Amino acid sequence: MIVRNRDFLRPAADEVIRLENVRRHYVVGDETVKALDGVSFSIKKGSYWSIMGSSGSGKSTMLNILGCLDRPSSGTYWLNGGNVAEMDDNALSDHRLKNLGFVFQSFHLIPQLTVCENIEVPMLYIGLSQSDRKGKAEALAAKVGMEHRLRHLPSELSGGQRQRVAVARALANDPAVLLADEPTGNLDSTTSVQIMDLFQELSEQGKTVILVTHEPDIAAYAKASIVLKDGVILTATEDAK
Amino acid sequence: MKQFLYLWPFVKLGLTDVWRHKTRSFLTMLGVVFGVGSVIAMLAVGEGASQQALDSIKRLGSDNIMVQSVKPSGEEGGSTGSQRGTLAVYGLLYEDEERIRQTVPGVLMTVPARMTRRIARLGERQLEMRVVETVPGWFEVVQRPVMAGRVLSLNDLEVRANVCVLTEHGVRRLLAAEGMIGQRIRIASGVFEVIGIVKNETGGTVRAPDSEADAYIPITTGTRLFGEASIRYSAGGMEGEKVELSQIIVKMRDTSVVEMGSKAIEAVLERFHKKSDYRIDVPLTLLREAERTKRTYNIVLGTIAGISLLVGGIGIMNIMLASVTERTKEIGIRRAIGARRSRIVVQFLINTCVLSIGGGVVGVLLGVGIPLIITYFTDMPTVVQPYSLLLAFGISVAIGILFGLYPAMRAASLDPIEALRHE
Repeated sequence: MIVRNRDFLRPAADEVIRLENVRRHYVVGDETVKALDGVSFSIKKGSYWSIMGSSGSGKSTMLNILGCLDRPSSGTYWLNGGNVAEMDDNALSDHRLKNLGFVFQSFHLIPQLTVCENIEVPMLYIGLSQSDRKGKAEALAAKVGMEHRLRHLPSELSGGQRQRVAVARALANDPAVLLADEPTGNLDSTTSVQIMDLFQELSEQGKTVILVTHEPDIAAYAKASIVLKDGVILTATEDAK
Repeated sequence: MKQFLYLWPFVKLGLTDVWRHKTRSFLTMLGVVFGVGSVIAMLAVGEGASQQALDSIKRLGSDNIMVQSVKPSGEEGGSTGSQRGTLAVYGLLYEDEERIRQTVPGVLMTVPARMTRRIARLGERQLEMRVVETVPGWFEVVQRPVMAGRVLSLNDLEVRANVCVLTEHGVRRLLAAEGMIGQRIRIASGVFEVIGIVKNETGGTVRAPDSEADAYIPITTGTRLFGEASIRYSAGGMEGEKVELSQIIVKMRDTSVVEMGSKAIEAVLERFHKKSDYRIDVPLTLLREAERTKRTYNIVLGTIAGISLLVGGIGIMNIMLASVTERTKEIGIRRAIGARRSRIVVQFLINTCVLSIGGGVVGVLLGVGIPLIITYFTDMPTVVQPYSLLLAFGISVAIGILFGLYPAMRAASLDPIEALRHE
């Protein structure tokens, strides 16, 4: 008998993320690459996690799946109450729009748009009016300390400033989870500290933050960590919060 | 309105993009500019020409039948020859007019006319005038607006009065600044009093019988003074023609009996003319033919214009494909942020439409401008019809959507993970 009701896997109310035996296999030629091979964990609302691992550990695949850019081959992934594994492309897009805020290693701002317009992009897709977008974008820019550069293009900003704008954009639709992929990878150490302080601040304000990194000193900012190796969890510390 | 507000940032983005690649955008737009411009210009020229044709045919009257004398081809039949010249006798006769009036059903009136060339003199001025010898009915059948004085009357015809009606054209050639009504002029061997001036018909691809006439005189006066033969002297001899009537205009009761009437006339004339020295023109048939020609013309023009727009559209598609490749990363970023595929499609479609509509607007200006220039330099009438503007503009928008769809779909189908990795 096949158990169709998988509600027993439904995450608890305070769990914003829950992975249950997630696998991601790629078929390359005759070979099956097991990028993730049965990963389970859950993350509580408002916690600050790091996901570590060297290259080839399945870290990027983990990021893509957590970021709803990819779907697990098997297993379930619950994000903010929705089962990502069962979603179609549109639902997945909407899920990213509402529940996730991405911060990328190389910032990924849209070069033709000004700081303000970049921050407005996610609000545009969610359908906010122009005046609402403007007000909110200015508030977010102020939050990351970029209110004096609203009319500038990304090319006119330093790396640290660009990453601040990227954080502001990630926060635009007030997502459940802030997902940062090597956020300091392209920054010098001083700026890195400033950006990490920003994440710290956001975490203290109650935002769920997940850092994906291979640098131990960056991972150290997080309150809890998962270390991946060969597609499985090597070690996981308990959530200290 | 809300939808518009959602779209506006993308329109703005499209405009910025066009502005950033000014040269590229300009060259891309040129295809649509010329396509749209040529559609409008060609339709305007075609419309101008066909309207002119239709106008002149309509002025001939759709309930009229024109029977004209034509010189029979080949042997100069029925000639009374001499060693020094020949006299060709052919064409319609008064009898023909009589027979048509008596036997063809549905005839309202018949108007005979003779077209000749005569030397006219006024003081020292002398020129060859084209004279129409006719009856007052002419002015009822072929309407000519009277500019001054009056037209020929039945009385003029009966008393064979030496009076003439000049056309505006004739006035300009002969009278110049002299006094007009009441002026006496000499036409060949007679002295005529100018009693009226009528407007000429100008231009046109289908000519009215009197489109180039200078003067009208009563046909009876013409017969009395000049007879029915016209003689032209040329080197080493003379050539003469005897034509009783150059033309009979038959006005029918109704448009519906015109075709039947023309067949009946044909039958009547066939019986009494051994040679085919006449021709029957039915303006109504000409009108139908002109309309058919116009349609063919429009189809040909439309096809040519369509092809040029197609080429323009392919140009746009090509550039948009390049743009999609160039903006792969941006697409990845937008998808990662949470843009649905449809949003990416819309964004690129707007971008294409900015190009094609931009080209369309410039093309419309070009299309309105070219006919003006043509008319200015060649006197060829052109008519820019409002529907052609809408048509051309609509087509350019349609082209934007049609040729933008493929690049847009391609943009939207990119895998966000791959797109983000793209450098």
